[in-house]
Amino acid sequence: MTSRTDSPTTTSEPPAPGGGVEVRLVDLRRSYGSVHALDGLSLDLEPGELVALLGPSGCGKTTALRALAGLEELDSGTVMVDGKDTTRVSAHRRNMGMVFQAYSLFPNMTARDNVGYGLRLRRTAAAARRRRADELLELVGLGTHATRYPHQLSGGQQQRVALARALAIAPQVLLLDEPLSALDAKVRAQLRDEIRRVQREVGTTTLFVTHDQEEALAMADRVGVMSAGQLQQIAPPAELYERPRTAFVAEFVGLTNRIPGTATDGRAQVLGTAVPLLEGSATSGSVTVLVRPESIEVAPDEQGNGRVIAPTYLGSLGRVQVRLHDDSVVLAQVASHQATELTPGTPVRVTVRPTPVLAIA
Amino acid sequence: MAAVTRTRGSRWVLRWLVLVVVAIYLLLPLLAMVEFSTRGAGGTRSLDAWRGIGEDDDLVGSIVASVELAALTVVGMLVLLVPTMTWVHLRVPAMRRVVEFICLLPLTIPAIVLVVGVAPIYAWVTYLVGDSALTLTFVYVVLVLPYAYRAIDGGLGAIDIVTLSEAARSLGSSWFQVLVRVIIPNIRGALISASVVSIALVLGEFTIASLLNFDTVQVVINLLGKRNAGIAVAVSVAALLFAFVLLVVVAYLEPRRRDAQEDDTTAVPAPQEARS
Repeated sequence: MTSRTDSPTTTSEPPAPGGGVEVRLVDLRRSYGSVHALDGLSLDLEPGELVALLGPSGCGKTTALRALAGLEELDSGTVMVDGKDTTRVSAHRRNMGMVFQAYSLFPNMTARDNVGYGLRLRRTAAAARRRRADELLELVGLGTHATRYPHQLSGGQQQRVALARALAIAPQVLLLDEPLSALDAKVRAQLRDEIRRVQREVGTTTLFVTHDQEEALAMADRVGVMSAGQLQQIAPPAELYERPRTAFVAEFVGLTNRIPGTATDGRAQVLGTAVPLLEGSATSGSVTVLVRPESIEVAPDEQGNGRVIAPTYLGSLGRVQVRLHDDSVVLAQVASHQATELTPGTPVRVTVRPTPVLAIA
Repeated sequence: MAAVTRTRGSRWVLRWLVLVVVAIYLLLPLLAMVEFSTRGAGGTRSLDAWRGIGEDDDLVGSIVASVELAALTVVGMLVLLVPTMTWVHLRVPAMRRVVEFICLLPLTIPAIVLVVGVAPIYAWVTYLVGDSALTLTFVYVVLVLPYAYRAIDGGLGAIDIVTLSEAARSLGSSWFQVLVRVIIPNIRGALISASVVSIALVLGEFTIASLLNFDTVQVVINLLGKRNAGIAVAVSVAALLFAFVLLVVVAYLEPRRRDAQEDDTTAVPAPQEARS
């Protein structure tokens, strides 16, 4: 890696994509005064895997990514890339491609020159550099925009050029620091799919930081949820959503109702239904059960246990807020036609489907 | 409708009135200088004073020295300020106020006080480096700091210097390459502005050069004015014209960018993407 960067000779070919490498972050710690941005974070990325770090602002996800990039100094901990300790290696010698949240294209260069910048530093011959830059611009769907300057590109186009630029150096690891957050919803969804397609195509191990759970669940092989500098849980998206290990994960990923219940023998009684408990749940006594809106059923019933407060029509589905007789409020996901039928004040019966839930004491 | 037309008409008249008044205010002294420097014997017109510029060895020498001084001052200012300010912006933003204070300090110190302060130092400078007028570079770099700082600070503030440098670093740039290939090209306009202000300041500076006994163009013009006012005024007009030409050149050197919206008309949309 370093020899390539420092090589005084011009190479005729750009670096070949090296495929994915293994990444290990071991017990990373970083504090700013009394704030622990990273508090013993450990994380492994398999070769070619796309892992998303998800969490609220200030949870340390960006600090972790920047530590891997070499842009953030660590108080302690080890960063291993492809079996080598890179903790003390300077950022410009790590060979990691990075796409930033803010638009980061060099304003004085065309899209092609931006993409070829890293290759120029590696002394790749001009013809090979141009060829590689054009290939990557084609890959991100901007082959016709090679001679445009950043200010002549839209936000989404700029981020795609930034992705091409990051991939041009055949990085060992691709780092994506909320690259879609500055874009509008439609472009974000399109670019999300495109990044995933490109990442699969080149097979580069990728760490993706976002606070948007939909993005994380849609793109990642595994999603890690962070809070206060620690990894709360890392799992494939479906597992993370359906089998959260902590209340924080359950409530941060997706919507959750907190409903009082009673736990016994690995089950909890909630709204008259016995539901199985997930691993890590409180196992006995009075508990608060965390139930997804889609696990709650609502049916019109004059003798029911609640009344509709507010139905919300969301197009393909609907949501209904119901006030129960004990004055608590639950949110249920319903079919869109039901959302239009259940008007405020309608008496309803609320029940829980017997899907596994997390219960906390 | 008639009222709108009347309002537009009166605005038009007002604009031209202001323009004419300002033009008279600015151009009249210049025209008077040109008129004075071209006066010949017996009420005739003559270019003797202008021809005299090239024939006066002291004047030519001082012009050359001043231009060299201006060039050295610009180089010194850029070498001192650009890396320092970039580093402060990137690595120690908490020090920005301190650096700003230090750079603006020369504004608050009268030239005469500055001379009193640097005179003993210049005794050593003369002893160590020689008595060339070019040694004024040291004090002139200090003198131009406030103006150059403002221009460069504006340039650095106009780009996301942190993200750009981190992007460059992640792609393999050393700090030197970040500065030369990314930062400097993107603050070119600010650097040109800082340089122009510095050149104008150096070419017009009189007090320090005179009190430290160096023959710069302003000092020589002053001496010349006592024995041949025509040449002195001609040189002054030439200096003003030089500054004007410099500004025009700078206006053309300033990076100009096409408006992104304007470009939309020819933009080829990427697959499946609306402009964000």
